[in-house]
Amino acid sequence: MNGIIGRKLGMTRVYADDGRVLPVTVIEAGPCPVVHVKADRRAVQLGFDTQKAKNASRGELGHAKRAGLDAAPRVLRDFPLPADAETTPSEGDVVTVEIFAPGDRVKVTGTTKGRGFQGVVKRYGFSGGPASHGSTRYRKPGSIGPGTDPSRVLKGKKLPGHYGAARHTEIGLTVVRVDAEENLLFVKGAVPGPTKGIVVIRKQGTRSRYA
Amino acid sequence: MSTKLTAVQRQGLRTDLPDFLPGDTLRVQVRVREGDKERLQAFEGVCIGRRGAGISETFTVRKVSSGIGVERIFPLHSPGIAGITVVRRGRVRRAKLYYLRKLSGKAARIPERRER
Repeated sequence: MNGIIGRKLGMTRVYADDGRVLPVTVIEAGPCPVVHVKADRRAVQLGFDTQKAKNASRGELGHAKRAGLDAAPRVLRDFPLPADAETTPSEGDVVTVEIFAPGDRVKVTGTTKGRGFQGVVKRYGFSGGPASHGSTRYRKPGSIGPGTDPSRVLKGKKLPGHYGAARHTEIGLTVVRVDAEENLLFVKGAVPGPTKGIVVIRKQGTRSRYA
Repeated sequence: MSTKLTAVQRQGLRTDLPDFLPGDTLRVQVRVREGDKERLQAFEGVCIGRRGAGISETFTVRKVSSGIGVERIFPLHSPGIAGITVVRRGRVRRAKLYYLRKLSGKAARIPERRER
């Protein structure tokens, strides 16, 4: 398997063997039962956490029962299988954090914190205007386009609006430590979303965003 | 905070270090790696402050080395610290002794603290 579902527990620091301080996000990941293998064997559906039977829909209950689970998972996510995968996981298998090892490169997908309606300075990193010398254009975007021709604002113009609460994948993170007993995964750096947010951790090649 | 996270943080805490306060003179044994050899280097000076809590706590040690003030910030729970000895306890009335930076010589002395 090349991925797992987890819950972000928060950030802390750990010390490397040589005394360096590493900022890490602790993720409680798995154990994730294989709930379903797509008919074309191109993707695997994993489950994470459980929900009470009274909260699950009948569809979810039936789906879980078919996979041989006692309780319906709270979260279901699909993981595409690489075309050259040697073994296909089968229903009833359980994926744990042990698929990762310290040093692995991973990408983490989650829903970022919602920031509400924000201006262009926070939302797009505009510089804003001068703070003093009679300026009143503190955080305004400035001109948003030409005048009479074309007499409209171009589509896609960066303007204030809703920011955050969107799916984001942070790539090129490194696994620092794997705690198989407690199902914990320590990833160097920040991960999208709030504490207790659901994230998906997937393996990636050696490339990162920065190198 | 989640209990699992607190447990993780507690795991890394060191219990072998002495209690010390700002104003105390400390000798910090630092592990220095040169190639594949490791040796200890002492850094002795006055602790001028502690900040943070738990696994993230750090402390600052100031010394005057050949007329130049040198400050080092150590993570308290770092494995890079081989040991700390309290050389002298000092009596101070601040938590952060940043005023020492402007003082030198006799004025920068700290009276010794007597345990009651």
